[in-house]
Amino acid sequence: MLPPANRRPGYSRRAQYGNFLGYLIAFTGLAVGAGVLLISTGNSGAFSTGRTLASDVTAPAGELAAKGRTETRGVLATLGGFFTSGSHVAKLEREVAIARVQLREAEAIRHENTQLKALLKLAEQDPRPVAISRLIGSTSASTRRFAVLGVGTAQGVKVGMPVRSPLGLVGRVLEVGRSSARVLLITDTESVVPVRRASDGIPAFATGRADGSLQLRLINIGINPLKPGDAVVTSGSGGLYWPGTAVAVITELTRDGAIARPLSDPGSTEFVEVQPLWTQPALSADLPAPPGASPPEPQ
Amino acid sequence: MPGPLSGDRHDYPRQRINRAPSPVLAVAAPWVLVMLGSLASLLPLVASAPVLPPLGFLFLMAWQQLRPGLFPVWAGLPLGLFDDLFSGQPFGSAMALWSIAMIGMDYFEARFPWRGFALDWLLAAGVVAAYLLLALTIANLAGGATPVQVVLPQLAVAVLAYPLAARIVGATDRFRLIAVRQI
Repeated sequence: MLPPANRRPGYSRRAQYGNFLGYLIAFTGLAVGAGVLLISTGNSGAFSTGRTLASDVTAPAGELAAKGRTETRGVLATLGGFFTSGSHVAKLEREVAIARVQLREAEAIRHENTQLKALLKLAEQDPRPVAISRLIGSTSASTRRFAVLGVGTAQGVKVGMPVRSPLGLVGRVLEVGRSSARVLLITDTESVVPVRRASDGIPAFATGRADGSLQLRLINIGINPLKPGDAVVTSGSGGLYWPGTAVAVITELTRDGAIARPLSDPGSTEFVEVQPLWTQPALSADLPAPPGASPPEPQ
Repeated sequence: MPGPLSGDRHDYPRQRINRAPSPVLAVAAPWVLVMLGSLASLLPLVASAPVLPPLGFLFLMAWQQLRPGLFPVWAGLPLGLFDDLFSGQPFGSAMALWSIAMIGMDYFEARFPWRGFALDWLLAAGVVAAYLLLALTIANLAGGATPVQVVLPQLAVAVLAYPLAARIVGATDRFRLIAVRQI
């Protein structure tokens, strides 16, 4: 149906002006929105004050929801356990028997490691966490992957600090409020993590694909030496992320790298820890490598 | 009509004479519901992919279809501002897109005033698809590089969730018009 040509609400001047003013504000609002969008597209840090303030206000509700999430998972796991516990126990017993043997071997290796490190005068690097918190929310309706932490400047959290769970790297802090912080998850398409293969140290970059997986791009292009099942850890190059944090396991290969599944699922971790910023030791600056020399291979 | 409801009525007669809905509740409930939808990022779910439908936007559309004219045409700006605080999109994305959606749906309402739920759903599906794709484009302009196929599951979920959103809006509409105030 064609709309009537005369869209006046009646003879009341007041109603007519009100109607007109409504449309005027609507189109002005559209222009304002587009203007704000232009500013924030150029500078993603603009308007972060409003965002952090809003997340500070809603953080207590998020904490409650996060607790609920953990408890729901516990209930579901208990229900599932009734059906699967028998086979699980048998499998675990087999694994424990193997693990006991490997533990003895690992102890010997660790002992040897400390001796070798003492020989090389390498300091043991073990970062003390700045803060420990729950992930209290995430942008589950947007294509960008951010999460919100329940700690902020009051607990000493600063922009750029890496965030990890017991299972592996989660992301890094992007914006900090008084009692909450926004985390860029490693699965976001803007996140780039320098990684290396855990077994032999082949360097690569891990970027997010926004669907829960990571794209690994090798730095040395050529023959792709990666295999499904390989684990990658952070390399620490460039600073920011502490070296040796577990990141992902490769699931399938691509032409110039691989697609990997992150080890730490932010949805199933209860607590995450915020680590201090990693700065590369000054050792490499003191001893510049002679031209043409290859860096020493870790044995 | 036989049913448990009529029995309840006999047990607890609600006084109907000299009662009216509370004006505060009647005006505030729609805005509050849309803002609660925008707060969905606080749900106990930390997602590693975009899986949730844009609940605030779905509620806004459902209100527009159930009660055209209840929200002023400019409601997209303040509600979008609130959504931007939590959505993770670049700031201003929802302010602009929700404003366009409100103006567009106002025009559609003038052109097709009588329609059934199927047409409502079809319109909502089209608007949600356009909204999600534009939001993806904006997020990519501001630094992301997400391929289009990542939002397709979310789009399917959003289209299927629209009838549910419409039912929730209908229930809230009945709730906000309960005659609680004594005249």
